[in-house]
Amino acid sequence: MTAAIKPKHQRLVLLGIALVALIGAGLLAAWALRNQAAYFYLPKDIVAEPPAPGRAVRLGGMVETGSLKTAPDGVTIDFIVGDDKARVPVRFRGITPDLFVEGSGVVAEGRMQGGTFVADNLLAKHDENYVPREMAEMTAAQAKATVAETR
Amino acid sequence: MIAELGLAMLWLAAALALLQLAAGAFALSARGRELGGIVRPVAVVQGVLCALSFFALIVLFLRTDLSVKLVATNSHSLKPFVYKLAGTWGNHEGSMLLWVTVMGLAGSFVALFERRLREATMLATLAGQAFVSIGFYAFLLFSSNPFERLPEPAAEGNGLNPLLQDIGLAFHPPTLYLGYVGLSVAFSFAIGALITRDVGPAFARAMRPWVLGAWIFLSLGITAGSYWAYYELGWGGWWFWDPVENASLMPWLAATALLHSASVLAARNALRAWTVMLGVVAFSMSMIGTFLVRSGILTSVHAFAVDPERGSFILALLAIYIGGALALFATRASTITEGARFAPVSRESALVVNNVALSAILGIVLVGTLYPLLTEAFDEKVSVGPPYFNPMGAIFFVPMLVVMAIGPMLRWRGDRAARVSGKLAIPALAAAATALGLVALAPTIKPMPFLGIALAVGLAVASVLPLVGRELKRTPLPTWGMVVAHFGIAVALFGVGSDSAFSTEKLVASRVGETHAVGPWQVTLSDIEPVAGPNWTAIEATMAASHAGGAASELHSQSRNFTSPPLVTSESALLTRWNGQLYAVLGEEADDQRWQLRLWWKPFVPMIWYGGLLIGLGGLLALIGRVAHDVRRLRAEGKIAYRRQRQGR
Repeated sequence: MTAAIKPKHQRLVLLGIALVALIGAGLLAAWALRNQAAYFYLPKDIVAEPPAPGRAVRLGGMVETGSLKTAPDGVTIDFIVGDDKARVPVRFRGITPDLFVEGSGVVAEGRMQGGTFVADNLLAKHDENYVPREMAEMTAAQAKATVAETR
Repeated sequence: MIAELGLAMLWLAAALALLQLAAGAFALSARGRELGGIVRPVAVVQGVLCALSFFALIVLFLRTDLSVKLVATNSHSLKPFVYKLAGTWGNHEGSMLLWVTVMGLAGSFVALFERRLREATMLATLAGQAFVSIGFYAFLLFSSNPFERLPEPAAEGNGLNPLLQDIGLAFHPPTLYLGYVGLSVAFSFAIGALITRDVGPAFARAMRPWVLGAWIFLSLGITAGSYWAYYELGWGGWWFWDPVENASLMPWLAATALLHSASVLAARNALRAWTVMLGVVAFSMSMIGTFLVRSGILTSVHAFAVDPERGSFILALLAIYIGGALALFATRASTITEGARFAPVSRESALVVNNVALSAILGIVLVGTLYPLLTEAFDEKVSVGPPYFNPMGAIFFVPMLVVMAIGPMLRWRGDRAARVSGKLAIPALAAAATALGLVALAPTIKPMPFLGIALAVGLAVASVLPLVGRELKRTPLPTWGMVVAHFGIAVALFGVGSDSAFSTEKLVASRVGETHAVGPWQVTLSDIEPVAGPNWTAIEATMAASHAGGAASELHSQSRNFTSPPLVTSESALLTRWNGQLYAVLGEEADDQRWQLRLWWKPFVPMIWYGGLLIGLGGLLALIGRVAHDVRRLRAEGKIAYRRQRQGR
């Protein structure tokens, strides 16, 4: 094996190995990103074109006023996330973020399971200065829609 | 007055950086040789002025001088002393001033203590350091002036983000910055060596202690940041693949690769171009990280202010420095001759595998971190998390761990596999025995934690093998350092594997007096009552935890309400035992008299951070060994020179 590689070409061989490994890493990364990245959905998108069941996605919208219900175990909550076109029931088991309230925006991470969005994690506003990026724009659009509806 | 003084010193430091660049560059030519003498002193004064300017800002924060805009928007007169101090760097402008201060001081230290580089390379290095500093001075002075006055002094300050009101803020940013910005020295060394075509073992030996120093701080900073996220965020996790975490991991990966390739260059004069390239890449990763967390392109507690102008400013700096360094590398790489050769089975080959694997992991993390930003430009919002990073990283991490067990046993230049295979059978057996034990005791374990724990045990045994058969007292400190750091990786990996394989979680709504089982523990919610601190009020849950009928230990978990600015945070309660940690978080009141409690039993989880500390300690041992060796060598050289002088007379 040692004799097969001419010592003269060691630099080229090393370069070749490094390039193959790095390009391999790049291709693997590209392939994995296509499969593993969690896409962001608005309620109308998730209703119109639901993602494959079990695929991790993010759902962002407004928590509908009056929809929040706590199950008898005290730690599971059900609520509806909506926008101007669609409403999606969401179930979450855990401690909600501190600024999670009805009528305010939320981004839920999770997956669709038989018409219900099961969330592993909820992201709400930290405070006025720290807003999840997707929500910063959406609340404005949402506010407009809410105004239009109530008029 | 102090603010004006601080600003003046900052301008002066920037001017000196310009002088340092011009004099250093000019001194490289034949005509400007005499100018070379001023470069070192200028570098020292530049760093000192910058530090004084930072000190002025600290004084303003300690006095809560509300006529300064930065103090008024980020501080509060009623804040405890330590947060007034730490608040100096708990904001965009102050943290950038800390950044340039570390950079200036790093240049000062190099100018003062680095004596073994050729003078021309030294001048080019200091000019390079000044060149990078100038951009960041410009950034501070033109778009992030920390000393700006308000037209009217404010009546009271806005206060500090409560998430930052933690003792960690006093240590985490300075530690991380020493690591991040310390890598600028490696960048400047690489530029200097490229300019003077002086890439060789002497360059690697000169650069190595500086990289080690930065790497130690980076390792400790990441460890501390991870622990902070673990107990302060109250999610029970210790690594979230958050872009901000990745921003600190990427320079660490590059610096780790650089340390290993520099040792090949120093010992065997091989991997020359590659080592220079890594010097450029390591600090480039620091700058990319700074861009990610400071430009406001990401939303996090680290992105202080969203200001597109600042983002484009840092982006322009990035393009100039990284692009410039890569262009320089491209034009000079062909002049770097091929280094010494080595056989496929040798210490060098193992270190090449280490470097390729670390670079591949770096690439995977970089792509995963930037991908959401790229797709957002095309109006597609995605997030990339553990399902991507964990398996992709493991593909390269696992082979790297195997080589890490073997590599230190191999000889330089060439070795026979048969010579080391006998010794390596011991760690292989240990890993196999662990694997069998896991299959027998925990048949439901998932493949990744299974692999992690077995490899961790094997690596722990393998990492001490280089000491076997050596006289321990005469073993050089850098070897001890390597052993301790590699052992630290094994310890951390064991903690990671154990946490993901054996953690148990319980989520309940509990009345006072009720008892819940989590893992081997019985936890009773004994009391709920309101408490108050200096600038917050809280609901505090008192819990009694007992283990297999033993005496009960008390835990206190709080849900805190801060007043200025208004925010609620959870203070988790931790109970640490030798074999793990009990972790409790108090949630909201579910309905009448029931409180949400989240409890975890995490076996051996603290080993993650003990491992991180060991890695830092290993670096420290190696650094002490290297520096002590240098000092001895300098003394010996001095004596020889003195004798020669006397004999000559």
